[in-house]
Amino acid sequence: MSAWRLRVKLRSATGLLVSTRPTQRHTSPYGPLTLCRSLSTGSHLRNEFFKDLEAQLAAFRKKAADALPGSSWSPLQINPNLPPERADIVIVGGGVLGWSIAYWLKQKEMVRGGVRVLVVEKDPTYSQASTVLSAGGIRQQFSLLENIHLSLASADFMRNINEHLGVLNEDPVDLQFNQSGYLFLASEEVAHIMEENYSTQRYAGAKVSLLSPTQLKQKFPWLNTDGVVLASYGLENEGWFDPWTLLNAFRRKAISMGVIQCCGEVTGLLPPSDTKTEKLNILTKKPRVQMPNSLEYQPVECAIVVNAAGAFSGKLTEMLGIGSGPKDSIAGIPLPVEPRKRYVYVVHCPDGPGLDSPFLIDYSGVYFRREGLGGNYIAGVSPEEAEEPDTSNLEVDYQFFEEKVWPCLAHRVPAFEKLKVTSAWAGFYDYNTFDQNGIIGIHPLINNMYLATGFSGHGLQHSPAVGRAVAELILDGNFKTIDLSNFSFRRILTQEPMLEINIV
Amino acid sequence: MSAPLTSLHRCCQRSALLLHVARQRWSSSSASPPPLHTRLLLFLTQRFYDVEMLLSWRSQLTRNQLQKKNAYYGYTQRFYGLDLASAYFILSLKGGFRFAGQSEWFYADQKGKFSWDFLNHKDTLLEEVDMSYTVINYRGLCNLEGQRSLRTLKLRGCPEVDDWLLARLHVFQDSLEDLDISHCPRITTGGLAALRNLKGLKRLDVSSLPGILSPGLVIILLEEMLPQCQITATGYDYSLNDAQGEEEEEHMQRQR
Repeated sequence: MSAWRLRVKLRSATGLLVSTRPTQRHTSPYGPLTLCRSLSTGSHLRNEFFKDLEAQLAAFRKKAADALPGSSWSPLQINPNLPPERADIVIVGGGVLGWSIAYWLKQKEMVRGGVRVLVVEKDPTYSQASTVLSAGGIRQQFSLLENIHLSLASADFMRNINEHLGVLNEDPVDLQFNQSGYLFLASEEVAHIMEENYSTQRYAGAKVSLLSPTQLKQKFPWLNTDGVVLASYGLENEGWFDPWTLLNAFRRKAISMGVIQCCGEVTGLLPPSDTKTEKLNILTKKPRVQMPNSLEYQPVECAIVVNAAGAFSGKLTEMLGIGSGPKDSIAGIPLPVEPRKRYVYVVHCPDGPGLDSPFLIDYSGVYFRREGLGGNYIAGVSPEEAEEPDTSNLEVDYQFFEEKVWPCLAHRVPAFEKLKVTSAWAGFYDYNTFDQNGIIGIHPLINNMYLATGFSGHGLQHSPAVGRAVAELILDGNFKTIDLSNFSFRRILTQEPMLEINIV
Repeated sequence: MSAPLTSLHRCCQRSALLLHVARQRWSSSSASPPPLHTRLLLFLTQRFYDVEMLLSWRSQLTRNQLQKKNAYYGYTQRFYGLDLASAYFILSLKGGFRFAGQSEWFYADQKGKFSWDFLNHKDTLLEEVDMSYTVINYRGLCNLEGQRSLRTLKLRGCPEVDDWLLARLHVFQDSLEDLDISHCPRITTGGLAALRNLKGLKRLDVSSLPGILSPGLVIILLEEMLPQCQITATGYDYSLNDAQGEEEEEHMQRQR
C-alpha cells in the first residue's frame, strides 16, 4: 500500500513538472497581461490524466480490497436500508412508546446482545406521529390507580433521566420540564367525582391538593371562579415538557445500546418459511417491511412483534385478519384503536396569566397552558363524539376554535377575551373507542404480538413506565413493578370497560 | 463572629467545586477543544467496549456515592426523632442550621467534623438551614421534609439542586420566608415556575443562575408571580454589547 502511494506521489510530482513546462513554453509573446492559458489540447488532456490518476488509483485499490476474501462486497446490489433478515423482537412504530420499549428491552437484557431488537418506523420525519404533535403534559390526576402509578413512575424516570438515558460523552438530556402543575376545575355536578379521585390520588402517593373557590381566587387572581365549586391542583411531578427531546433521548440511548432502526412500513405479515413452526403456531407470522416509495420489501423473521403503532395500530391487526372473522368468535373482535384528530391552537395574549399559570382544564373540557415566556398559550378541547373531525388529513379547522374553544376560555379567564390565534396544528389520538385507556398485553389469538397502544392522549406521559412494563412482560413473563393486568386485551373480550373519569 | 469567617472560607473553597461543575455541564458549548487526556479517552471509548464499561462504571460509582450521601436517614429518625435526624443529615453534608428559639448556629467544618452538642436539644424544630455548596439533591430533601416551621433555606451554589427539588419545596409553603438559590447551575425557568406555591416568601435570591436564558424577563415574571417577595437578582449581564457588536459587523460587511 505504501509503495503504491509512494509511486503515486512520484508520478504526480513528475506530472506536476510535466504540466508546468507547457504553460511556460506557451506564454504569450505580448507579455504577462494577456491570457496565460495554454492553447494546446494535448497538454490539457495530459493534465487531466494526471489529476485523475490519484482518484483512479484509489478506486483500483478499493476494487482490489473488495475482491480479496474478507470483504463485504457482493455482485448483487443490496439496498443498505433494508432491515436485517432476522431479529428477535420487531417493534412496529417508532414513536416514544416504541423507542421506550426498545430501550427497556436492551436495559433488561442480561447479556450484551441478548435480544436483537428492530424498530420499524414508516415516517422518519414524524409528520403524523402523535408523539411530537402532543401538548406534552404529564399529570397524576387520574381516577384509576394504575394510571396514577404509571404517571408517578414516569415522573420518577424523567427526574433521573440522565441516569437512565445519558450516553457517555454526549450532551445531557434537557427535557425543559415546566414544573407548573395541573389545575382541574369542577362544577356542582362533578365535584363528588373529583373528591373521590382526590382520595385515590393521595392514596397512591400523588401530591395533589383540593382548593375552594376563595382559595382559587387568592392563588390565581386572573381566574374567573364562576360555576367552580372545587378545584384539584397538582403540587409536584406535574407539568409539561418537550416530547421531541424525550423521543430523541430514548432513540439515542437505544441505538447506542444496539437497537437496529429501520425506516419502512409493515405492509403485511407473511407465514413463516419453516413448516415445523407453521404446525405449532398457526398465526405466528413475520412482518413484511416495505421500503418507502418503492416496491422493495424484506420479510423479517422474528419471535415477537410489538404493536406500538399508535393511531395506526388498528391497521396492523387488520392485516392479520383480526376483526374479519365470524361475529361471535374472538377473531371477529377488532382492535378498538382508531385515529382521532385533535386540534391545538397557539394563541397570543399579552395580559394573560404569568409564570404561575398551570395546565388548566375546565369541566367543559377546554384546556390551556402557557407556552414559553412571551405571552403565548396553547389551547384546545376534545370535540363531542358526534362532531369528530375527518381523520384523513391533519388540516386545522379555525372555525372550531371560534365556536367551541374561545367562548369557554374567555369565560374562564377574562384576559383571554383579547387574544389572537397565531398558529395551530392537529395531531392524532390513538383513541381506544372502548374505554379510552391503553391496551397492554398479548393478543389472545396472535400469540406473538404484544399490544401497547390505545392510550387516547396520555401515551406520552406514561411512555417510560409502559415501556418498562412491556419489557418485563416480554423478558420476565409477568409484570414486576406496576401490575397492568387490568389493561390487557381480555377486558375487550369480556366487555368490561376500565373507564377513566377525566379525559381531555 | 467566627460563623461569617468560616462561611467566607468555605465560599472560597467551594467556588472551585462550582467552576468544575459548570465546566462539566457546559462542555458542549465551550469553544476550545477538550484536553488531551479527554480526547484520548473518547478515542478509546469509541473503539473498545472495555474502556466504555470502565468509564460508565466510574460515573455510576460517583452517582452511587452521591445517592448514599443523600439517603433517607430512617434509623436516625427512629431512634432520635425527626428533628435530630434532620440536624444530623445537615451536619453530615457539611451544612449548618439553627434551632428555633436558639441563637447559635451549628456548623460542620471542612473535614466534616462537628460538635455533638446539638443532641442536647431534643424535639426542637429547625428554623434556619444553610446548605450552601453541599451536594444535597431531591432525595436528600426528604430528610428535611418534617421541618414545617423552616423559615430560611440557603441553597447557594449547590451543584445538584435542580428544578425537581424546587418543586418539592412546596412542603414548606406555609413557613418559608427566605430562599437563596443563587449560583445553582442546574436550575432553569421551569423550576422557577414551581416557586409559585411559596406564597409566604419574603426574600428570594436568584442571582447568577447560568441555566436561565433570558434573565431580565424571567425576573420580571417572578416579581409578578410573587408580589410580596423581595427578589435579589444580581450577576446578570443585561447590557446590549452583543447587539452592538452584530451591528458593527453588518456595517463592515456593507462597506466591503
